[in-house]
Amino acid sequence: MSDTTDTSPEAGREAEIAASVGHRHEDVAIASQWQLIWWAFRRHKLAMVGLWVIGLFYLVALFCEFFAPDDPTQQNRRAVFHPPQMIHFIDNREDGWGIRPFVWEMDRHRDPDTLAITYEKSGEKIYLRFFGRGEEYRMWGLFDWDLHFLATVEPRDQFFLFGADRLGRDMFSRVMYGTRVSMSIGLVGVAIAMVLGIALGGASGYYGGRTDAIIQRLIEFVLSLPTIPIWLALAAALPPSWPVYQQYFVITLIVSLVGWTELGRVVRGRFLAMKNDDFVIAARLDGASEGRIIFRHMLPSLTSHIIASLTLAIPLMILAETALSFLGLGLQPPAISWGVLLKEAQNIRSISQAPWLFIPGGFVVVAVLAFNFLGDGMRDAADPYAH
Amino acid sequence: MLLRYILKRILWMVPFLFAVSIVAFLLIQAPPGDYLTTYIAKLGESNEVLDQASIENLRARFGLDRPLYVQYFKWVANLLQGDFGMSFEWRQPVSDLIWQRMGLTVMLSFSTLLFTWAVAFPIGVYSAVRKYSIGDYVATTLGFIGLATPNFLLALIMMYVGVVYFGSDVGGLFSNEYKNAPWSLAKFWDLLKHLWLPIVVLGTSATASLIRIMRANLLDELNKPYVDTARAKGLSEFWLIMKYPVRVALNPFVSTIGWVLPNLVSGAVVTAIVLSLPTAGPLMLQALLAQDMYLAGAFVLLLSSLTVVGMLLSDILLVLLDPRVKYE
Amino acid sequence: MPPTRMRTDMSKPVISIKNLNVGFNIRQGMLDVLHGVSFDLHRGKTTCVVGESGSGKSVTARTILNMVPPPGVINGGRILFNPEGQETIELTALNSRGKAIRAIRGGRIGMIFQEPMSSLSPVHTIGSQIVEAIRLHRDVPKKEAKAMAVDALRQVEIPNPEKAVDRYAFEFSGGMRQRAMIAMALACRPEVLIADEPTTALDVTTQAEILDLMRNLQVEMGMAIMFITHDMGVVAEIADEVVVMEKGHVVETGDVSQVFNAPEHPYTRKLLGAVKRLEEPATAKVRPAADAPEILKVRDLQLHFEKREGFMQRVTDVTKAVDGISFDLRKGEALGIVGESGSGKTTVGRCIARVYDPQAGTVDYEGLDLVSAGTDQLRKSRRQIRMIFQDPFASLNPRMTVKQIIAEPLIVNGIASGKDLDERVAQLLTEVGLDPGMMERYPHAFSGGQRQRIVVARAIALEPRLVIADEPTSALDVSIRTQVLDLLLKLQAEMGLSFIFISHDMAVIRYFCDRVAVMYRGQIVEIGETEQIITDPQHPYTKALLSSVPIADPALRGTRQRHRYVAEA
Repeated sequence: MSDTTDTSPEAGREAEIAASVGHRHEDVAIASQWQLIWWAFRRHKLAMVGLWVIGLFYLVALFCEFFAPDDPTQQNRRAVFHPPQMIHFIDNREDGWGIRPFVWEMDRHRDPDTLAITYEKSGEKIYLRFFGRGEEYRMWGLFDWDLHFLATVEPRDQFFLFGADRLGRDMFSRVMYGTRVSMSIGLVGVAIAMVLGIALGGASGYYGGRTDAIIQRLIEFVLSLPTIPIWLALAAALPPSWPVYQQYFVITLIVSLVGWTELGRVVRGRFLAMKNDDFVIAARLDGASEGRIIFRHMLPSLTSHIIASLTLAIPLMILAETALSFLGLGLQPPAISWGVLLKEAQNIRSISQAPWLFIPGGFVVVAVLAFNFLGDGMRDAADPYAH
Repeated sequence: MLLRYILKRILWMVPFLFAVSIVAFLLIQAPPGDYLTTYIAKLGESNEVLDQASIENLRARFGLDRPLYVQYFKWVANLLQGDFGMSFEWRQPVSDLIWQRMGLTVMLSFSTLLFTWAVAFPIGVYSAVRKYSIGDYVATTLGFIGLATPNFLLALIMMYVGVVYFGSDVGGLFSNEYKNAPWSLAKFWDLLKHLWLPIVVLGTSATASLIRIMRANLLDELNKPYVDTARAKGLSEFWLIMKYPVRVALNPFVSTIGWVLPNLVSGAVVTAIVLSLPTAGPLMLQALLAQDMYLAGAFVLLLSSLTVVGMLLSDILLVLLDPRVKYE
Repeated sequence: MPPTRMRTDMSKPVISIKNLNVGFNIRQGMLDVLHGVSFDLHRGKTTCVVGESGSGKSVTARTILNMVPPPGVINGGRILFNPEGQETIELTALNSRGKAIRAIRGGRIGMIFQEPMSSLSPVHTIGSQIVEAIRLHRDVPKKEAKAMAVDALRQVEIPNPEKAVDRYAFEFSGGMRQRAMIAMALACRPEVLIADEPTTALDVTTQAEILDLMRNLQVEMGMAIMFITHDMGVVAEIADEVVVMEKGHVVETGDVSQVFNAPEHPYTRKLLGAVKRLEEPATAKVRPAADAPEILKVRDLQLHFEKREGFMQRVTDVTKAVDGISFDLRKGEALGIVGESGSGKTTVGRCIARVYDPQAGTVDYEGLDLVSAGTDQLRKSRRQIRMIFQDPFASLNPRMTVKQIIAEPLIVNGIASGKDLDERVAQLLTEVGLDPGMMERYPHAFSGGQRQRIVVARAIALEPRLVIADEPTSALDVSIRTQVLDLLLKLQAEMGLSFIFISHDMAVIRYFCDRVAVMYRGQIVEIGETEQIITDPQHPYTKALLSSVPIADPALRGTRQRHRYVAEA
């Protein structure tokens, strides 16, 4: 009698995961770790939603010139605090109805007594076109282009999906450009944190002993420094006269200070635990070199956990950038980020007149939520072999 | 045993605070220029010009002409004598400035901490025990949103709602007529009326994360065999959950004191500015921006000490709560 | 409110399980885990419920107390409880959170669990947990309850019960914790005690003591015991009645001697057969030649683990894991190292493989001292000295295919590559009895026994001369154990391998090893021919160890004298 026929109760979790997403036993048998993780991850509905939202946000970040109908710095005195307009799709005209996107044009009025400005529908329609021609821009600094996701049919017209700010700049375009900066700061910040965290945490966990003790004290020290005053001090040190890209880089560095200690602890813990795992010892006894043990045997088990931790660190960095820029310590205009945009909402009189200035805040909340959902799902799916 | 442990920890704080003082000093010195540069720039805005001689004069008076390390040691030497120095900007002793603000700051922090626990504890327990119930979904969703919303944004929204729908300015801790009035019952009542808003705003994200921590921990504990043991004894469902798994899941709750305390003081900076609260945060920001060296340095040191004390407090509580934690 | 007193019919079963069905409500629908389970428990009798993992024995036990773990639901059958002097109660009809069932739980039916560590609250003293159990069912003041708790601890032979009552679970050893659990379950003198694998997590000598204790307590208190186990040896030691379960069905019930002597169901026979085969040396065993040369000479090997703490890395605690070990191993010989947890047997194996660096002593492998060997020498010797690990789940990297795993030693030692490598891996898989067509699969697609075969294939890939096998079968079900052992025997005969075979299980050692070394607290207390040590042990610890091993023959129960060994501190 051979045990090759016995059903393995131990392989239960993988089989269960696979069954629930409709995979056969044979597929599971040759499924790599990433396939198993993906199957487990797909069961997490919120995480899937998070994945889609984040994908969309990065798409916007990548092509913000294309998604923004206008130049985000273009001021328009006649559109100060222009309210948001709804897009209508069903157009009813004398010549019959049809599906044509348009917004109602709004005219600016000034109350002669109070001098208050109001906007009212003029009754005219501004027709829009998907993938239409509009303002020219320089795509990624490489070539000129004028194709937009949504553009007015008449080039002279302007429309304001998210309204306009106190200088009459189109909020929608500004939010699109802000998405690029805010979303990428999180990504770059996490990359820096990752390098620091993995290098120090890995050294700490792998070598142990005194190296570990020293790095641990360092991490403990950094952790018990009060973060916020230190950010503030660092950010206050930034001369406002610096060019935007330099500010951007330094802010990213400051923001990445938030994440690396936590990441370092995670990596260290995993390395410490795994160093004495039987399969790592087996690799050593096989004669594998230290480098091969780390990169071929240990890191593949760590990557999924590291990616999950990184994903959960990104929203913290986005929030940090937003808070700093909001205080006027982060990026300075003319740079555009969600935090810079929210700074416009600081004045209670502005927001009571133009509540649409809150919209970038909505983007912050949605992005952070999506990252948290995604990270949670990834953390749960990170070890498909857990029993 | 416990006493020795505490003593040892306090001794460790000395080199730590020393290191912090260096970091703080360097940080404040990091920006190009010093307080005088900022001061001159400010005067320049109002078209006043200082001649070179009076600049040198001022620089010497503030001690800014000496090398950095001399300035540092002078500062530390004074600190050891309990002298925090003078604020350049306010021309007042730093300790006076800080103490004026600290009372309200500490009161606000503790009220927020209490609020956080009072809300997070029952919701977290409920959420774990009734996993996947409607209540759990609501709590989890609200928790997520609470975590994702920056405090200052929440403050802004609250103020917007206050102004637009209730026609009142909800900022500050006192109504105008009480701002400079001496303490009285009426002033205290006025304070209470204003206090709830900053507490809610400041406490939301901490509450949200505590709910999630409590829920996750309790879910882990609920499946432990000792829960079954207690059930097999004939304990009622409510008491067996409260007495065993909740008790164990409480430990991470207690460890939050370590970071909640300093976070409440310093994390409130942005919110305090939006809500114009007379607490320590805005003063600190101002000092940092103006390179008001001694004031800023004192704040950074103070907050670091708070962090360390908070961690010590939570560790002591942990030792008292959990017999497994050994203090060596 | 006690109903009218009637005389209890003592022959009536105290618990009657009738046609019990329990299902788990999962996403895909109802998954039945118990199919019409029926059996009785009698006063003063021990009923053993046996089966391998997943047979439904624990679920049955919990259902008696109406504690079906979610998402389980009772969807058929009844459990009847006939308490002394009261009317029959239908346990399955009671509200699982109600007062009625809670009065029975812990009061009239007590329960103990497998893991003595995690089954006791880590943050409450032993005493407070027992006091709580008492005061839930007896209306006594706290002080009196505490006195009762001390009595209960004394009854389970915990030394110094007055002090023990104020201590925490983590301050006790595994055996003491299980005693405390028993004290708690019996504090209210229940009529039924349900024990869910109470000795599985314990060492064999501790297990023997706990079994003795439970037998004595049963005589004293006259309760019915339902004892769940997977170990036929334990069944033979303690059972009056036996219930055999397989995949949610009761396949056989009967008197213990009947089940052992005339098992009816094939599954029962399979379980018994696997145990019986391990009660003697393997028949296919090739003995080493009488003049075989020594391949390994270990002298005064020593490794003390130091716990270091703080910034200065001060030594705060020392464990003498290996404390001066010496032995020889001849070519083609299998030397067993037997000992209980913490005896240092695993550390010895790892010192020889140089997973750990011993602090003193020599390991002479054909003229090369492995203890002082440098990296290059070690690399060479590691081709010839290979290791097999206990846990086939942990020792295979789940992220590599079987081919990659087995090929790893061949690649890093530059032995084979390309097509040659594929052929070599296929050949190795055939040799350990696996289909070479499965080499692209990941370890998660294999069962425990199959995985251990993969581990063996990796070990023999470099054609070694010495294999250190660290508990290679203890993570496997009994029926698969002998298959893996037979595979190792086959390879030993074919390749002339020498073995250091580490195990806690005397039966496995007897089956496989020519000689055996008995380890206790980092030292070898006795070494010699396996059969001789088993039939005529000299050292008191060996005697205690051997007398504790349960024998799968109820007829021999009570014929042995139990030795106890307490080392002088």
